[in-house]
Amino acid sequence: MSTLLEVSGVSVSFDGFKAINNLSFQIADAELRAVIGPNGAGKTTFMDIITGKTKPDEGRVVYGDRGDSLLKMSESKIAQAGIGRKFQRPTVFEDQSVFDNLMMALRKTRGPLAVLFFKPTPEDEDKVAQLASEIGLSAALHRKSGELSHGQKQWLEIGMLLAQDPRLLLVDEPAAGMTPAEREHTTDILREAAKTRAVVVVEHDMEFVRRLNCKVTVLHEGSVLAEGSLDHVTKNEQVIEVYLGR
Amino acid sequence: MSDVALGSRRQPFALRFPSVMVFLAILALFTLGVTILSEGFGIGVISTSFVKTLGKTLCLCLVALAMDLVWGYCGILSLGHMAFFGLGGYAIGMWLMYARTEIIVLESLAAAPLPPTPQEVSDGIASQIFGVVGASEFPPIWVFAHSLPLQLAAVVIVPGLLALVFGWLAFRSRVTGVYLSILTQAMTLALSLHLFQNDSGLRGNNGLSGLQNLPGLSDVPQSIVSMWFFWASALALGLGYLLCAWVVSGKFGSVIRAIRDDEARVRFLGYPVEAFKLVIFTLTAVIAGIAGALYYPQAGIINPAEIAPIASIYLAVWVAIGGRGRLYGAVIGAAFVSLVSTWFTGGQAPDINLGFYTISWVDWWTVLLGLSFVCVTLYAPKGIGGLVDLIVDRRSPNRHGADLGPDQGALREQEAEK
Repeated sequence: MSTLLEVSGVSVSFDGFKAINNLSFQIADAELRAVIGPNGAGKTTFMDIITGKTKPDEGRVVYGDRGDSLLKMSESKIAQAGIGRKFQRPTVFEDQSVFDNLMMALRKTRGPLAVLFFKPTPEDEDKVAQLASEIGLSAALHRKSGELSHGQKQWLEIGMLLAQDPRLLLVDEPAAGMTPAEREHTTDILREAAKTRAVVVVEHDMEFVRRLNCKVTVLHEGSVLAEGSLDHVTKNEQVIEVYLGR
Repeated sequence: MSDVALGSRRQPFALRFPSVMVFLAILALFTLGVTILSEGFGIGVISTSFVKTLGKTLCLCLVALAMDLVWGYCGILSLGHMAFFGLGGYAIGMWLMYARTEIIVLESLAAAPLPPTPQEVSDGIASQIFGVVGASEFPPIWVFAHSLPLQLAAVVIVPGLLALVFGWLAFRSRVTGVYLSILTQAMTLALSLHLFQNDSGLRGNNGLSGLQNLPGLSDVPQSIVSMWFFWASALALGLGYLLCAWVVSGKFGSVIRAIRDDEARVRFLGYPVEAFKLVIFTLTAVIAGIAGALYYPQAGIINPAEIAPIASIYLAVWVAIGGRGRLYGAVIGAAFVSLVSTWFTGGQAPDINLGFYTISWVDWWTVLLGLSFVCVTLYAPKGIGGLVDLIVDRRSPNRHGADLGPDQGALREQEAEK
């Protein structure tokens, strides 16, 4: 397995506060990875850096087969290169139907003129219909997504991510606000997705991470504290101190 | 997945968007009605000056459509679109003024013993046009003024280019929200201050005048000319409405509404948000320019005051009162507010005598307009267009008997049916 994303020696500070401090991280082509850490460990900033929302003060972020630097690319270019992101709160376009949300996310040319003259083919509509059935929203396809329940919105957002067909999936606290049954389903989807692409899950619910059953990276004060299986990192003295101590 | 649900998307455009057809039908009926009642072509119930007012109103509706596209759909509160409107007016005004003056100069020189040289003609036109600002030579920007096709091209190109450059600078620096609004106000203010100068090349605060007279058609009475412009304005509004409806109906419309609602999220979907904004900003500037080019020949005069910042703010008020985010809302707002404004400021509205104070609407109209803007914003954000929802009783999408509300336990579809 080749490395898909390599973050090395990245630091960023906001008004003197070092949110990320000499962080290094690697993930392979088809890998599921959980990133855990207490509040303020820099999990979200870490995702912001990869997706281009925040530019680091120093360090390198290299992605893909050709080893392109993500630091020179805009958010939309990074997304087009195949990095999808799911936010902690479901952010779907509430004013528009489930169909329109999915159609917008579908992997297509993103330029304004191409979009202006875009006409969905029957295959595109079938693809959307298929995605909708995967996320259990077939019946709600023409409902405004603002009318959906919280869990359904989370599903829709995951569906939009899958529609983008990314090579690297960044998922921020997917299980937040979900029922146990929904969590179970989420784990399945994520594990399934990780068979063909890299998936990074940021979470601080240990139980959920245990169910993902994958390699874990522990962040603390902006850098990697420990890495390995969940059992391995939970035995780590420092990790115990960070999570339980003080 | 049922094909029934998808079937609705494969219907023809007209059936999916009935409001477009209704609008075009109303516009056609209105045009026909005005023609029949006009002095030029009908029974003469409507005076020529009122035909002009109606024609101008149609142009204002067109620029309001542009404003709705850029603000209501894409979320860019531009307070500078009347600058593009004015530029379109100046572009056509330059040709109208040049060509008409040329005829007058040629007539006066025809009596001379020697046939005039081109230089003499040109000097004659220049001193006629620019005598009022103490100049007698053509400024460089008048180089194309002799040519109707080139000035017509300028109607589209000048506003489009200004919007392209301004938008490119503003959007790539990620200027959004109120800061962008202020920037657009600064743009329109700077432009109007520049045009107020006598050496701006566009006759300073005198502006361009006599635009109602079409060169070479001095025999045609204004009652006929006004109808020509009225028809042209109606046609432009109809085509503009179709264009806007097409733009907002497909995936492009989906993306710009998404930009309005959550710009950052659209970026993470991979759409170049800045490019989309630039396309919309420029397209609407071009529409505004065309509207202006049809408006000012009916108004007869254009001067820099027309480009003052307040004009663009009025435009936003019209769209807000009419109901933004729906195309017919913008048209209703512009038509309603500008006609009512004509009525109030024209002195036709009866003053109200309170005994101790007389409310004279000429002065108090702006207060009333401001109040209604505040009230619409606070209590009826959907504007006048929202009334249409009440009338057609918007049908909810078919939910196959599922919950209606966002929560479990909300009314189910069967329960809600009447």
